[in-house]
Amino acid sequence: MALTDVPSQQTHGKIDPEELEEIWADAPGVPGFFSTVDHKRIGMRYIYTAFFFFFTSGLMALVMRDQLAAPNNHVVGPEVYNQLMTMHGTTMIFLFNTPVLAGFGNYILPLQLGTRDMAFPRLNAFSYWIFVLSGLFFYASFLTGKAPDGGWFGYTPLTDKAFAPGINLDFWGLAIVFVGISTTVGAVNFIVTAFKMRAPGMTINRVPIFVWSILSMAFMVLFAVPAVTLAAGLLELDRLFGTAFFLPHLGGNVLLYQHLFWFWGHPEVYILFVPATGMISMIIPVMSRRPLAGYLWVATALIAIAFISFGVWVHHMFATGMPVQAMSFFSAVSLIIVLPSGVQFFSWIATMWKGRVRFTTPMMFAIGFLLIFLLGGITGATLATMPFDWQVTDSYYVVAHFHYVLNGAVVFPIFGAIYFWYPKMSGRKLNEKWGHISFWLMFVGFTVAFFGMHILGFLGMPRRISTYPSGLGWDDLNLISTVGAFIFAVGTGVTLVNWFYARWWGEPAGPNPWDGDSLEWATTSPPPEFNFASIPVVASRHPLWDQRPLPTANPNGDDATKSLGPEGAEHHQTPETTGLDARPEATLDLPHPTYLPFLLACGIGVFFVGLLIQAVLVGIIGVAAFVVALTWWAWRTEVDLA
Amino acid sequence: MSTVSAAAAVVPVPEATASVGGEGRPTPWWGMVCLIMTEATIFAGLIGSYFFYRAAAKQWPPPGIEEPKLTLSIIMSFVLWGSSIPMLVAERGIKRGNQRALRFGLMLAWIMGAAFLGYSMKDFSELHFRWGQNAYSSIFYTTVGLHAFHVFVGLVMSGVVQIKAWLGKFSEERHVTVQVYAMYWHFVDAVWVFVLPTFILSPHIK
Repeated sequence: MALTDVPSQQTHGKIDPEELEEIWADAPGVPGFFSTVDHKRIGMRYIYTAFFFFFTSGLMALVMRDQLAAPNNHVVGPEVYNQLMTMHGTTMIFLFNTPVLAGFGNYILPLQLGTRDMAFPRLNAFSYWIFVLSGLFFYASFLTGKAPDGGWFGYTPLTDKAFAPGINLDFWGLAIVFVGISTTVGAVNFIVTAFKMRAPGMTINRVPIFVWSILSMAFMVLFAVPAVTLAAGLLELDRLFGTAFFLPHLGGNVLLYQHLFWFWGHPEVYILFVPATGMISMIIPVMSRRPLAGYLWVATALIAIAFISFGVWVHHMFATGMPVQAMSFFSAVSLIIVLPSGVQFFSWIATMWKGRVRFTTPMMFAIGFLLIFLLGGITGATLATMPFDWQVTDSYYVVAHFHYVLNGAVVFPIFGAIYFWYPKMSGRKLNEKWGHISFWLMFVGFTVAFFGMHILGFLGMPRRISTYPSGLGWDDLNLISTVGAFIFAVGTGVTLVNWFYARWWGEPAGPNPWDGDSLEWATTSPPPEFNFASIPVVASRHPLWDQRPLPTANPNGDDATKSLGPEGAEHHQTPETTGLDARPEATLDLPHPTYLPFLLACGIGVFFVGLLIQAVLVGIIGVAAFVVALTWWAWRTEVDLA
Repeated sequence: MSTVSAAAAVVPVPEATASVGGEGRPTPWWGMVCLIMTEATIFAGLIGSYFFYRAAAKQWPPPGIEEPKLTLSIIMSFVLWGSSIPMLVAERGIKRGNQRALRFGLMLAWIMGAAFLGYSMKDFSELHFRWGQNAYSSIFYTTVGLHAFHVFVGLVMSGVVQIKAWLGKFSEERHVTVQVYAMYWHFVDAVWVFVLPTFILSPHIK
C-alpha cells in the first residue's frame, strides 16, 4: 500500500471533491431531514434537541427556586411543584445529559477515529428518532395537565396504582422504557464503531481518551439500562396490567424496585460523568499544549470506573434497612471508586502543571469543572459513609451533592465542549469574551445556588418539599440559592445567544482553531459529508502533533484496503479494521439515506401511545408498523457482506 | 478534504497499513454480541428478582399455586436446545456454499422452535393461576413469557432469513445475515438453560 504525504484530492485529480459531495449529499429539504443517516447531522440534532430539553427543564428549575425563595410561598401549589420536580429531574437525566453526550459522541467519534461514519448509520438515525419521540411522548403529559409527579426515581409504593391513580406516572414509566431503547442501540453503535472503524495504525493504545470514555460509557449502558427498563417496565405492568411485582400484600416487594432502579441509577451517574471527563481530557491537554499526563492511567481508570460503578448502588439505600455486612460492602466499594476518579484528577492537574495553559473559554469551563468536581467528589465520599449518610439522607445536602456532580461536573464540561467543538461543527468560533462572561456567571451562579444547600441539609431541610414554614433558619439560604439559580440561568443564556450569533456571524475557525492533536482537527470545519476523502494513517497518540504532515493511505488492490483512498469515498465505503491493532480487514458499504429508521421509531412510538391510552387497536397498529419496517430493513439491507 | 500542508517526508508506518484481510468478524456480528449482552442482563435481572421474592417468601410457590409440571417441560427443553444443531448445520453449510444445508437446517430449526413455542402456549393455558394473582405468578408469567416471546421473534426472523435463503440470496461470500441470526437463536436457547432450572425445576427443591 502506498503512503502519500499530500492531500488526496491533489494526488487523485480524477476524483473531484464536488463529485464526492454529490455522492454523499442528503436530499434537500424535508426528505433529507427524515432520511439522513449522516452521523454529523444526527449528532448535531442530538445536541440541539437535548439543549431544547435543557432550557425547558432549566425554566422548571427556576419556577421551583422561585417557589422556594421564601417560606409559605404560593407561586405554585404542591401538585404542580411535584410535577415540576419530577419533570426537571427526569428531563435532565434522560433527555439532556445522556443524549447530549451521545450527540457529541456521535459527531466527534467517527472524526476522531478517522472514518467516514458510524458502524451502523441507520441504527444511529433510529436511535435519534427514538430519543426525540420519547421526549415528545414524555412532554405530551403537560398537554393533559397531568405530568408525572412521583419524583424522578418513581419509588413504589408511592407510584402504585392505588396511591397514584392518574395517568401521570404512566407517562413517566413508559417514557423511561421508551428512551432506554435509544440509549441502548446508541451504546451498541459506539462500541462497534470504536473497535472496528479506527483509521489504520490507530492501535488500541493510540485511541483518544474521549473515545475511551465513550466506550466505558457504552459498556455501562449495556449492563445498566436493562435494570431501569425492568424497574419502570414492571411498574407499568403493575399499573396497566394488574401484576403484583411491587404490591406487598400480594407478595410483591417495594425494595426490589429500589434495587433495580439504583442498579441502573448509580452506573448512570458514571454514564454521564465518564464522557464528561473524556471531554475534559481532550480540552485540558490541547489548552495546556502538551499530551495528557498518564494516558495509560486515565484509560485504565475509565475502564475501572465502568466495573466498580456496578458495586455501589446500595449507598442510595442505606436508610432502607439492610444487613450491615451488605451495606458495609457497598460503602467500601463506594469509597474505592474515588480512586480512579482521583487518578484522572491528578492527571489533569499534572497536565496543566507541566504545560503552558491558555485560558480560553473551554479551558475556563474545565478549570471550573475541576473545582466543582472536587467538592462534589468529597461530598460523595461522605455520602458513601453510612453514619454520615444516615444523618443527611433525603436532606438538601444530597440535593447539593448531586447538583455538584450532575450539573457542575457534567454540564460544565458540556459547555466547555460546545466552545471547544462547535467551531469544528459549524466552521465558526464562539465569541471568547462572551464565553468568559458566560463562564463566570455560571460559575458564580452555580456556587451561590448550590453551596448553601449543603448547610440547608445540615439544618434539616428535607428534599422534595414544595414549601416550608418560616423560623427554621432556612429563609436566607433559600433566598440566596434562588438568586444564584437566576444568575446561573443568565450565564447559560449568554452562551445560548453566543451560540446563535456564532452560527451566522462567528469568526471563521479554520480546520484546527485550537491546534488540537486528534483526527477531527485534520479535516475541514465543518467536515464534508464523507469526513475524509482519504483515510489518514496514524502512527502516534497525537497524530496532528507528531505526524506533520498527516499521511494518508492508498489502496493496494486487495479487498481490505480498497476503501482507504478517495475511491472508497467515491463508492460510499469505509474501511473496517481489526479491534486491537487497527489493520485493514474488510470494506464496509455505508448505507444511503433511508426513511426506515424513522418509520421503525414511529411504529414503536405508536405502540407506546397505545399502551398509555390502553387502546389495543393503536398498539396493534404500532406493532404492525414496527414489524413491516423491520422486515423491510432486513430485506433490503446492504450489509450482507462477509 | 485533508488539510495537511503539502510537501514533507513520508512517515514510515508499514505495520499500520499491512492488511490482514477478512480474518475478523463482520460488524453486524459484533452488534449482535452487544445486543445479546444487554438482553442477557434483562433475563439476569428477572432471575435475580425471582430469587429476591423467593428469599422473602414463607412458602414457595405461594399457597394455592401448583408446582410446574416437569416431564414434558424437560423433553420440550431438549427439543429447543436441539434446534441449535440444525442451526449450526445451516450456518456451517452456507460458509461452504451449501444451499441445501442452509435451507433445510433453517427449516428444521424452525420446526423444533415452533414445537417448543406451541408447547409453552399450551402449558400456559393450562395453568390454574392468573398473571396478577401474586408476585410469584407475575414473575413466572413475565419471565417465561418473555423467553417465549424471544422464541416467537426468532421464528419470525427465521421466516425472513428462510425466504432469502430459498431465493438464493446467500452464498459462500455473502452470509452475514445467517451468521447473525444463528447467533440470536443460540442465545435464545442459552437463556432457557437458565430460565428452566430457575422457574420450572427450582420450585421442586425444598
